Amino acid sequence: MSSPTTTEIVARCQELYEDLHFTAARKWKEAEPGRKVIGYMPVYVPREIIHAAGMLPLGIVGGGDNLEVIHGDAYYQSYICRIPRSTIELGVTGRLDFVDGMLFPSICDVIRNLSGMWKMLFPEVYSKYFDVPQTYEDEIGGTFYTNEMAEFRKDLEEIGGRKITDEGLHKSIEVYNENRRIIRELYDQRAKTPWKVPAAEVYLVVRAGLVLPVEEHNELVLQYIEAAAKEDRPIRDNSRVVLTGLFCEQPPLNLIKSLELSGCYVVDDDLLLITRWLIGDVPTDGDPLHNLSQAFLHHSESTAAKYEPDLEEKGQFLVRAVKRTGAEGVIFASTSFCDPALLDRPMLQNVLKDAGIPFIAFKYAENSGQMQPIREQAGTFADSIKLWSAA
Amino acid sequence: MRVTTSTAQTTDVIKDASMIKQKQMMAAHYDRLTSARENGDKVVSTFVPGNLNELLMCFDLVNNLPEVNAIQNGLRRKSGAFVMEAERAGHSEDVCTYVKSDIGMMAKGNIGPNGKELPAPDVLMLSYTGCFTFLKWFELLREQYKCETIFLQTPYMADGKITPNMIQYMVKQFKEDVIPKLERISGVKFDIDRLREYLRKSAKAEDDLVYILQSGKHVRSPIDAYFGGIYYIGPIFGAFRGTDDAIEYYQFLKNEVDQRIAAGLGPVTPDGPMGEEKYRLVVEGPPNYTNFRQFWKMFYDEGATVVASSYTKVGGTYDYGFRHDPDRPLETLAEYCLGVYTNRSLPMRIDMLVDYINEYQADGLLINSIKSCNSFSAGQLLMMREVEKRTGKPAAFIETDLVDPRYFSAANVKNRLESYFQMIEQKRSGKGVAA
Ligand code: SF4
Ligand code: SF4
Repeated sequence: MSSPTTTEIVARCQELYEDLHFTAARKWKEAEPGRKVIGYMPVYVPREIIHAAGMLPLGIVGGGDNLEVIHGDAYYQSYICRIPRSTIELGVTGRLDFVDGMLFPSICDVIRNLSGMWKMLFPEVYSKYFDVPQTYEDEIGGTFYTNEMAEFRKDLEEIGGRKITDEGLHKSIEVYNENRRIIRELYDQRAKTPWKVPAAEVYLVVRAGLVLPVEEHNELVLQYIEAAAKEDRPIRDNSRVVLTGLFCEQPPLNLIKSLELSGCYVVDDDLLLITRWLIGDVPTDGDPLHNLSQAFLHHSESTAAKYEPDLEEKGQFLVRAVKRTGAEGVIFASTSFCDPALLDRPMLQNVLKDAGIPFIAFKYAENSGQMQPIREQAGTFADSIKLWSAA
Repeated sequence: MRVTTSTAQTTDVIKDASMIKQKQMMAAHYDRLTSARENGDKVVSTFVPGNLNELLMCFDLVNNLPEVNAIQNGLRRKSGAFVMEAERAGHSEDVCTYVKSDIGMMAKGNIGPNGKELPAPDVLMLSYTGCFTFLKWFELLREQYKCETIFLQTPYMADGKITPNMIQYMVKQFKEDVIPKLERISGVKFDIDRLREYLRKSAKAEDDLVYILQSGKHVRSPIDAYFGGIYYIGPIFGAFRGTDDAIEYYQFLKNEVDQRIAAGLGPVTPDGPMGEEKYRLVVEGPPNYTNFRQFWKMFYDEGATVVASSYTKVGGTYDYGFRHDPDRPLETLAEYCLGVYTNRSLPMRIDMLVDYINEYQADGLLINSIKSCNSFSAGQLLMMREVEKRTGKPAAFIETDLVDPRYFSAANVKNRLESYFQMIEQKRSGKGVAA
């Protein structure tokens, strides 16, 4: 059997991306009686625990630009971002009627309040606000978080009617370790050869992991890495940029494509951060919840949704990303009305200014249609970076 | 600019003893703040929800509340320019205007309401309670002041209950992080008995506050629990909880409320005693401060009294029974933070509003939705429908902002209110609620 081409793999991922009825996840659930699906929103939840319960973690990141929001707007004022309203749309139109539980991570007050709305709108569904520590001492934030995860584990045991063993958790941690390793490999590959690994393809391939069982996703990403390496795609004279601020509401696929078309190679980003949230492998022996907690406290990504206790460290993750990937600039793409991203932005920009890294900024919504202004802005940025480095 | 009109707002009202007392307290506080450097006092900036005043007083720190400064600037019509200043400096037009008013104020010399410069804080007490924006706000201030920041996380009461894990987490933060840092920064050793004493005083004032807020249950309410309520909560939500001043203030106020009840009088408005009480409302959401008096007038001109509000619970839900408890000093501070209104789940907030409508015999719910404030605003449309459904009383929705005058459209608000009052009339006469 010949291995699939990038076109084939991407086509499959695109199909999964466009399918707002989540057919793949529905099929998974129907395949065996008693199977359960637990949805989660950005930015991070420990999917390992859901997996160890024999359930499918399903990433819900709004409706994108293909969903017509009819009911959702009746729930939100115009000055609130899009992702909660399109997520409600998915819910009230029955597209999530197979989902047995929903997790709302502590990313901001909008998703926090959505957790309560979900309880009211779908009282039969398990719905949990997933609180994480913003203090990072083992004995303080660590203990709190381990206990929160233990409570979640107990909830899932009740829903699933079976015990979640430490051994099961170790196995799940291992398979997610592998997923993170593979995705990081894909990101490294893109940073090294961005012309072979277009950002929109990377996005689709990674995004497939939100709806597929992790084992299947591991295989899919590996296949893509292999196929992309073989591709013979022309090198363009693009500038290399790090894309940041997209950790929650998703940009339209067109936006990512537009950036590359306008002369920017995206060599790193904070899209679908859950797939890379934990840095390095989580140990697969000892107390699994403690291990997950330690990884969260000491080896996880930085983003606006997280408090940075050290002023000196503030924004340095971005400088490091630029250095690691050999990027020449940073693009801040923030969701309109997103307090976390937009309040963080000036601080990050100051850090970049100090480090002499050029940047631009714009806002988007998941249903932004007009790409022309963004294309022009990104194009000018790419040109100016080239002029700048030539000078 | 209409800066000068601001003084009129406070001078031409009929002054009660409590008002005079509050004015003196505020003036003395701002004087203490602006002369902190000369007096060798250390200054802490912190937030109203999750305000740890009793604890901070144990370290002789002077409390500066950026939220209150933003309100003061809103009332004095200075916030609009500050917000624009912050936007010019690169802050997004989309984000919370409290933050921008504060940042703009700093950029313009950080002048307090007494016309003197506010000192840079020695420490930022980031009590992350009920609002995510707090976290970013103080990261921004830290960047500016380069001063030590102490972080306290209050877990969100998502499931309508306080769990032992939440309390343990908070108490540990107090013991192992917050208190040792405050000791080091202030040079004052922590004395738990001193804390108990302050907590005892808090509870005393809290009793009176609840009595005052619940006087709104009288049909012909002696108070306006939103516009007037803003003043009533000032001392206890601000820098005075745990002080003798606060106890005295609430005693004055309680006496005045009792007198008004005995005389069958309604609330005192900026234009004098209010006329007939035609409508009794429950209000959800913060007020608009830039046009505060104009906004209030739209209510009292029509005979509408706010008999209960959720905003007066952002600094504590005392009417639900919470009191600071000197016998459990750290646990009580944790419970206090956990219970504040914006840290309550949406279903809990709905329950509260439904209770208010029933217990205060209100005609309905009005939501003032604040563009700035995701913490309050996200979910309010569902809340409105749910409260309507559960009480059978009409609800209405208006949109303004706290301190950004660009989002206060007087004509729109007035129209909405007028049609809302008509809706209430129709409901009363049994004609049903207009769509
Ligand atoms: S886009 Fe921003 S404001 Fe909206 S839900 Fe996500 S993090 Fe919150
Ligand atoms: S978002 Fe709301 S609660 Fe938070 S600081 Fe702004 S106005 Fe206050």
